[in-house]
Amino acid sequence: MKKEMTGEKSAAMKAQQRKNFIAKYGSLIALVIMVIIISLVKPRFVSFINLRNMFRLASINGLLAVGMTFVCLTGGIDLSVGAVMGCAGMYSAYFAQESMNQPAIVAVLVGVAMGLVIGTFNGVCVAYLKVPAFVGTLGSMSIAKSLTYLLTDAKPIPKLSESFKYIGGGMIGGVLPVPIIIFAVILAVCFLLLYKTRYGRYVFAVGGNANAARVSGINIKKIIATVYILSGVLAALAGVITSARVTSGVTNTGEGYETDAIAMVVIGGTSLAGGKGRLWGTVVGIMLMVCLSSGLDMLGVGAYYQMMVKGFVVIMAVMLDSLSSD
Amino acid sequence: MSLLLEMRGIQKSFYGNEVLHAVNFSLEAGSVHALMGENGAGKSTLMNILVGIHKRDGGLVEIEGQTVEIDSPAAAQKMGIAMIHQELSSVVEMSVAENIFLGREPVKHGLIDYRQMYKQTEELLETLHITLNPKTKMGRLRVADQQLVEIAKAVSQDARILIMDEPTSSITDREVANLYTIIRNLKKRGTGIVYISHKMDEVYTITDKITILRDGESIATWNTKEATNDMVVKAMVGRELTEQYPKRESNIGEPILELRGLTKQGEFEDVSFTLHCGEILGLVGLVGAGRTETMQSLFGLARAEAGEIYIKGEKVELKKPADAINHGIAYVTEDRKGEGLVLPMSIAHNTTLPSMKELSNKVFIKTAEEKSRTDQILSELRVKMANSKLAVKNLSGGNQQKVVLAKWMLKEPDIIIFDEPTRGIDVGAKAEIYKLMNEFVAKGKAIIMISSEMPEAMGMSDRILVLSNHKVSGELKRDEFSQNSIMTMAMQYM
Ligand SMILES: Nc1ncnc2c1ncn2[C@@H]1O[C@H](COP(=O)(O)OP(=O)(O)OP(=O)(O)O)[C@@H](O)[C@H]1O
Ligand SMILES: [Mg+2]
Repeated sequence: MKKEMTGEKSAAMKAQQRKNFIAKYGSLIALVIMVIIISLVKPRFVSFINLRNMFRLASINGLLAVGMTFVCLTGGIDLSVGAVMGCAGMYSAYFAQESMNQPAIVAVLVGVAMGLVIGTFNGVCVAYLKVPAFVGTLGSMSIAKSLTYLLTDAKPIPKLSESFKYIGGGMIGGVLPVPIIIFAVILAVCFLLLYKTRYGRYVFAVGGNANAARVSGINIKKIIATVYILSGVLAALAGVITSARVTSGVTNTGEGYETDAIAMVVIGGTSLAGGKGRLWGTVVGIMLMVCLSSGLDMLGVGAYYQMMVKGFVVIMAVMLDSLSSD
Repeated sequence: MSLLLEMRGIQKSFYGNEVLHAVNFSLEAGSVHALMGENGAGKSTLMNILVGIHKRDGGLVEIEGQTVEIDSPAAAQKMGIAMIHQELSSVVEMSVAENIFLGREPVKHGLIDYRQMYKQTEELLETLHITLNPKTKMGRLRVADQQLVEIAKAVSQDARILIMDEPTSSITDREVANLYTIIRNLKKRGTGIVYISHKMDEVYTITDKITILRDGESIATWNTKEATNDMVVKAMVGRELTEQYPKRESNIGEPILELRGLTKQGEFEDVSFTLHCGEILGLVGLVGAGRTETMQSLFGLARAEAGEIYIKGEKVELKKPADAINHGIAYVTEDRKGEGLVLPMSIAHNTTLPSMKELSNKVFIKTAEEKSRTDQILSELRVKMANSKLAVKNLSGGNQQKVVLAKWMLKEPDIIIFDEPTRGIDVGAKAEIYKLMNEFVAKGKAIIMISSEMPEAMGMSDRILVLSNHKVSGELKRDEFSQNSIMTMAMQYM
């Protein structure tokens, strides 16, 4: 009798532990399995060139997803990141034209400044004017698009300076793409910010219970406002890099990137309700989405089917995650 | 009396940590059965299994002799089991009536019949002697009133088995007496009631049997008549308790805080008092007298319309909690779930949240120092936990309360405002907390304590300030304390 009971007990305990493990590492395991399968079918998938391309792509998408992680941790959402990316891309390209004769740094700063301005606008709307994040950032998405089209009447901007193009297409030592370096540095800084500084602690607190955070003496408005600024700046940086990479400013840059960024964040286990999440999870989410695209491309799956696959992947990931919360 | 419920060999683990080891519990129809034990002993978990919130890992549940499987709260409701939860669990955006009828709204022509719902709520509240407007939003009620609504909701379900998990943790004596009447009526109708409480006097007054849970094991069941206080405490805590209110040499010094004519119409009017270093000032009054509201405005959570606040002789403006904290004030709030804790955050991070500035250098958090200070305060308060990295929401109610205390003690402020500090705390841990409070004022710091427990207020305070209907109605020194004089003052302006 006694023995049987303990057997039963440990079975239930194991089941719970298994669930928690899957909830926490499910996305990572899925990523690993996917990489193994695709590379067995198409060995080219793990070639140096393809890996490098994937990482380069990941570093542009990743900037948006990292910023979005901070926003989601406070319980907000930033729908404007795709539009900010396009806007910053255009304005930096404008100043990077050979004819303008400006150093690359000016073009970069102009682009980043656009992100700073729109991010601040979002932050003020959501934190101080109490506009719901979904609405506020939807509005600024439209405003950012408008600014993008107004600049050149929707015409592309060609002939960018060589020094500017280096930011997107350059290779350090002839092998390592510059965008990957930029992303790696930003990611490291964001990890430190979120886990090693009190600012990061406050981000979790505000998202988990804003009331309790306020009673603990935290300036919750400031925290909320700054995550939108961070998200705007990172999105702008992604836009600048993209313009430099495709060697021209194009108005539809970044279109739809906000949904990808949100998908990466939730695949990584961050709750849209706020207060719960992890940055390394977002990194897994970024890689999962990028590998999925690249893998499906190689397997010859058409773009229209890819959308469906991505949709199911996101839903599955969130489903797995909710297993742990009982 | 017939056996209504029998739970046998109930086992439950969370994250590989077994918290119930083969617990037995039974309940007879028409009786009140107390379930007692230290914070974290497993009382709430056992009852949450009964109402289908948690799934048990082993054991049997029988109702009236039939084995049953209760796998969801809805299933429990169908079987006639209702529960008043330890944590307030109402929908704050909905009205009192909507909360009471949540999930069983009266319907007419396929739509919710609001007229009927308000009417029934009004009748229900009247029979229970609760004076509240059924249309008020739940979130606008004070904690005590929310608790009354939850009692009303559970009672209205006409359950065969009614579980009350610390139903009186934030209501006052008058409402408790009211609750006794309700319970006696239910008993007559044959309802079986499980009564969880840390308050001995309640248990002796209203229950027929007592079962003691210690560390997830049911270790004794007695008829209440035969149980003595010492037996119960010893069984719960595993040792004898000495003095409940440890003695202390009061050493009262300079004034540290002064309120002059603090006023917000309808909440508190012309409240003035002086608090001194080394002093514990008790703030006593009936629910609704304005105690919490006054303290909220002192802490910058609400603006007063008139009046002045002086700290160490200097006039200060406290517009937000951060201002108050910067002036050395801390506030242990009444509502731990709403304002006290960030539930998804870890125990350790909750503990250090207000102290992050002191625990950081220019850029980074001083992790080692953070860890050692948290470990120290959490063990001083005997927080029962598997690991301080777990989310604080996984702690038992009393242990959550200890974390709220810990987070402000660690901050080392000059003045701590305690609003019902020992709500839901077991007898053993209470004595520890009182000891810490005494140590705190012995360092020349000061405490304002709101308490609805008369013995606590009288046992701990150097001085008691009584509020009645939003106004100060009197002040008593330690040698003038008596239940009677305090109650008279509390009723003065009613
Ligand atoms: N959801 C959960 N996840 C993890 N651990 C839990 C969970 N719920 C309860 N526990 C643990 O189970 C133990 C028993 O908790 P329970 O809430 O039943 O205590 P209790 O007797 O009701 O205490 P209190 O008097 O403080 O309310 C505690 O150690 C607690 O940390
Ligand atoms: Mg409990």
